[in-house]
Amino acid sequence: MKPFTIDTTNGICAALFIFLGGFFALQSLGLEIGTAFRMGPGYFPLVLAIVLILLGAIILVEAVRFESEPIGHVAWRGMLFILPAPIFFGLTVRGLGFLPSIFLTALIASFASGRMRPLTALVLSAGLTLFAFLVFSYALGLPFRRFGPWLPSWPAL
Amino acid sequence: MELLDNLALGFSTATSLANLGFCLIGVLLGTLIGVLPGIGATATIAMLLPITFQIGDPVSSLIMLAGIYYGAQYGGSTTAILINMPGESSSAVTAIDGYQMAKNGRAGAALAIAAIGSFFAGTVSTFLVAIFAPPLTAIALQFGAAEYFSLMIVGLVSSVALAHGSIVKALAMVVLGLLLGIVGTDIYTGTPRFTLGIREYADGLNFVAVAVGVFGVAEILRNLENEHERAVMIRRVSGLMPTREDFRRMAAPIVRGTIIGSALGILPGGGAILAAFASYTVEKRISKNPGEFGKGAVEGVAGPESANNAGAQTSFIPMLTLGIPANPVMALMIGAMIIQGIVPGPNVATEQPALFWGIIASMWIGNLMLIILNLPLIGLWVKLLTIPYYVLFPIIMAFCSIGVYSVNTNIYDLYAVAFFGLLGYLLTKLRCEPAPLLLGFVLGPLLEENLRRAMILARGDPTTFVTRPISAGLLFIALAVLVIVFLPAVKKKREEVFVEEN
Repeated sequence: MKPFTIDTTNGICAALFIFLGGFFALQSLGLEIGTAFRMGPGYFPLVLAIVLILLGAIILVEAVRFESEPIGHVAWRGMLFILPAPIFFGLTVRGLGFLPSIFLTALIASFASGRMRPLTALVLSAGLTLFAFLVFSYALGLPFRRFGPWLPSWPAL
Repeated sequence: MELLDNLALGFSTATSLANLGFCLIGVLLGTLIGVLPGIGATATIAMLLPITFQIGDPVSSLIMLAGIYYGAQYGGSTTAILINMPGESSSAVTAIDGYQMAKNGRAGAALAIAAIGSFFAGTVSTFLVAIFAPPLTAIALQFGAAEYFSLMIVGLVSSVALAHGSIVKALAMVVLGLLLGIVGTDIYTGTPRFTLGIREYADGLNFVAVAVGVFGVAEILRNLENEHERAVMIRRVSGLMPTREDFRRMAAPIVRGTIIGSALGILPGGGAILAAFASYTVEKRISKNPGEFGKGAVEGVAGPESANNAGAQTSFIPMLTLGIPANPVMALMIGAMIIQGIVPGPNVATEQPALFWGIIASMWIGNLMLIILNLPLIGLWVKLLTIPYYVLFPIIMAFCSIGVYSVNTNIYDLYAVAFFGLLGYLLTKLRCEPAPLLLGFVLGPLLEENLRRAMILARGDPTTFVTRPISAGLLFIALAVLVIVFLPAVKKKREEVFVEEN
């Protein structure tokens, strides 16, 4: 008998779908299910969540039986700097204001690549901020505060 | 002639100075981002979508969006031809012979052939949309909840059939998309669902945030995996004018490509992607010198490019008449319409004729602008290709952040971008296609609403879906598609097609 092996790609994939299906199923159970005649808010999502778990189970069976392509190289550095960029912007756009926040957001995202040099990153972020000021804030007139309450009061810009 | 009246209304809407301007900006921006290597049309549109919301008028906004779409597609083929890095599978076919032509010093001719083919296909298929959209709208107006439900099932099933890789995974992606789509307040009872108690998600997950995350951010992360130098060997493109011989060789493939593309584009589920491939196969099969294919055959560029563009155009038919997206780009269009307060579906043509016909007319104008503008600007696009990637990421991330935030000024949408960027990247790494997920996300609320309404109308009798003839017919089609893709012979062939395409 061949030893029990599980394919990494499909194994993780199955686990992810089963986990997400389980999350939606549990949450749906907390809602009113209703009947097929008058469906409650939980009816349709519960059915979908069960289908998702079943599909996850099929992928799991495939993972045990067959080998598939390996996952390959993962962009850890990219994830570390790209994903926090919008979160940082969300956390600071009201407090710091639009301009400082977008400058720092661009600066964070700059370090996603190993090739970026600090000086280039600074110049690029500054240029981007200027562009964002001219296009989004000035020309399009988006209603964002340019400098926020976290900063000491600056001359009105 | 009603058709001419309608087209006249459309052209008068689309040729207003403001709308021409927005169409132009759309085409330019679309090409600008679409030309960036590794970034396909869908990602381009997702990233530029928020900009269109800054325009107050829905007509102008959708015209600009359509312009972005054509621009992005054209930009994608430029990149495919010049550096053999197609952003999307539809331009992957163009890359095969286009890049070889470029290597033989005929980059200019290849680009011109692609542009002429696209323009011809665009012109023909614009008329097809104008001819076929109204009768389909009339049929669609008779649809009840049950028919809509079944129609959406057909759309979702076809998107599964046309996705790359495992069918089970694609099905799971659709279901996950549907579930994500119904996050938010239940319309019948007002109960918040799956919001984790976060009040900001009560209106549902922001469509733009999901699209930017799953397509834009995930695509950037994928590009960051292997940062290698891009070899841009073509620094200057000269000799744009195709020779007399080229014209003679490209005429028939362009016509055939247009026919194939128009037919496949109407299919729900992303026919445009298959169209380019089908056209290439046809051209290779009927060519007198099949050995030339893969070494720079003019037919191998002209056919697929026309098919691709024709398919892109006719995929507007199901979107405009039924409110059913045929591919992820149309899903983005529908999302944009909903945000603009337009309910997509058969009523758009009767209630907003200027919008409906304006979009159709702007398709042709967009194509015209592409051919007039982009060929002279080709030097600029080539320069863009030499910008290093690491400079582009921060710019794209900053603009995505501003764009998503500007839609609703909701900071939780920005957190959703990061979450869906991670989820999208993870799923891509696990060999799951994101396109079915986005279709599911857009259709989730509509599907649930029509299901519940149909069941109430039928007093809880589920046989309503099979006793109503149109609904039964549609469900039969969906079932047939599913059975066919699971047939061992088709399954094998399907895998071959996608392997070859990659």
